[in-house]
Amino acid sequence: MLEHLAALIVVVPLVAAPLIVLVRSRRFAWIATTAASYLSLLFSVQLFWRVATLGPVSYAIGSWAPPWGIEYRVDALSSFVLVAVSLTASFVAPYAQRSIAREVARDRQYLMYAMYCLCLSGLLGIAITGDAFNLFVFLEISSLASYVLVALGPRRQSLMAAYQYMLMGTVGATFYVIGVGLLYLMTGTLNLADMAQRLPGVPDVRPVLVALAFITVGIGLKLALFPLHQWLPNAYAYAPSMATAFLAATATKVSVYVLLRFYFGVFDPARLFEHLPTREVFVALSLAAMVAASLVAVFEQDVKRLFAYSSVAQIGYITLGIGVDNQASLTGSIVHLLNHGVTKGAIFLLLGGVALRAGAAAVRLETLAGLGRRMPLTALGLALAGLSLVGVPGTAGFITKWYLVVGALERGWWWVVAAILASSLIALAYVWRVLEAAYLRPPAASAARGEAPAPMLAAGMAMTALCVYFGFETSFSAGGAADAAALLLRGLR
Amino acid sequence: MKDDLILRVVSKLTMPFMLLFALYVQFHGDFGPGGGFQAGVIAAAAIVFYGITFGLAAAQRLVPEIVVERLLAAGVLLYAGVGLAGILLGGNYLDYFVLGADTVAGQHRGIFWVEAGVGLTVAGVMLKLFYMFASRGRDAGDA
Repeated sequence: MLEHLAALIVVVPLVAAPLIVLVRSRRFAWIATTAASYLSLLFSVQLFWRVATLGPVSYAIGSWAPPWGIEYRVDALSSFVLVAVSLTASFVAPYAQRSIAREVARDRQYLMYAMYCLCLSGLLGIAITGDAFNLFVFLEISSLASYVLVALGPRRQSLMAAYQYMLMGTVGATFYVIGVGLLYLMTGTLNLADMAQRLPGVPDVRPVLVALAFITVGIGLKLALFPLHQWLPNAYAYAPSMATAFLAATATKVSVYVLLRFYFGVFDPARLFEHLPTREVFVALSLAAMVAASLVAVFEQDVKRLFAYSSVAQIGYITLGIGVDNQASLTGSIVHLLNHGVTKGAIFLLLGGVALRAGAAAVRLETLAGLGRRMPLTALGLALAGLSLVGVPGTAGFITKWYLVVGALERGWWWVVAAILASSLIALAYVWRVLEAAYLRPPAASAARGEAPAPMLAAGMAMTALCVYFGFETSFSAGGAADAAALLLRGLR
Repeated sequence: MKDDLILRVVSKLTMPFMLLFALYVQFHGDFGPGGGFQAGVIAAAAIVFYGITFGLAAAQRLVPEIVVERLLAAGVLLYAGVGLAGILLGGNYLDYFVLGADTVAGQHRGIFWVEAGVGLTVAGVMLKLFYMFASRGRDAGDA
């Protein structure tokens, strides 16, 4: 069975989704979802270990040998992303039962679970496939499922947010497939590795450049690269709690993976970074995201929107690492896929508990008043995860910023270091607003006391613990990311 | 439109042929144009035609909504099941070569069942879309 792990990791959640629709029972839906999430974690850890010890895994779907058939290919980068996604899933799934029961209409709850399983399957598929068109299919599976996840949200604006997300997402996916079409036209292959081998022999580079532009903008939309992030704040704010936590921790991160895969695995990185203004564009947009989106977050009253804008800023850190383009900065980028995932996952899981206890769909800053006394553990979790967002030493966020700063210093870019510090200070400002409300304001007389239901609290706190854990023990997180970054720079080609 | 005699008679007359044609397109897809997607649409079109003529309620008595939902899930499951059968018989996922006595027979059998899954799902999705749009703005009781 071991050699089929690469296929099974995608197939298990894919099979869980129709099973849930067939059985149509809420209890079965939750059990199947949790089982699929844990199995995918088990499989991805196994794959990670296999890749670390034995080297890349290649799997021929339908026994059609690559490059003719669809190849599933797991290397240091994709196995790292697989673990990051399924790790989040394994926290969100146990959390889902109580959260969905509260936020989604009874007759639609099983659909929520089915959509979550499809989304998980799509995200894992993106990370594992070695075929450009198959990647598009998985991108669509995960995106369509996530539009529905957002639309099932408890607030009236959820439908509008999902619609906005769908429009932008569809443009992104279309741009991606146009880019892939052009590359297919020029190389005659869809296998990413094969495409990389054939691209240098292509006589006419203009269509390749156009493909590069389409793929960059298309995937830029999907990963909410500033200024293409307009869909993100509403989608995160109005989605059900578990969907926000899951999407914030995984969806944009997997899109970053696609960008990395194309920049370092298909196009010639030397050409990309030396002859084209890729570096300037990415550094400029990233710095703008880090500063502008953080500033917006400082003035936001809705807490979920506040942290959504913070996500745009944090994605800026990830793309900054791509722009700086050296071993340390890429390690920072890749490790932040995981670090920011657990940080934001923890925050949104805990906020879901706050919303449930407050009995309101929206969590505003006033809702948090006196949280330190009413829900001490939740408040502590928010504080720790918030510190990780700022990048305080001893948290996961610090590890990322450390690598980014080292990377920028290697290039001698002091101003980038200054921008990272400035952005961290702004992050401190918006995290402080949350902590000030939670610890210094007195609770409203009417506010309910008591923590969120145990499974929800446990999931949130466990993810918070991971934020701290990855701040001290980095052999998996930064170690895995460093291997992946070395692989990128050596050339996936 | 159920008061229109011509429509009523014609739709009842043509429905069996539409469904038969769907089956033809489904199973002849191996050798000629067609396949599960087209067949699913044609089969669903027959029911949609019936629904337009006799009303949504009649169509939903013929193919209840719960059946439609099960149909579309079962199709995906059938497709994935063919893939898993490939693994169980010693090949890779979606490996048709191992499904039959020799590789050609295996490919035939594999694509047959995969297309059957596609047909079920597409028919289910088309009907689900029709039901959802047709029942918009109506109360549960009337039709």
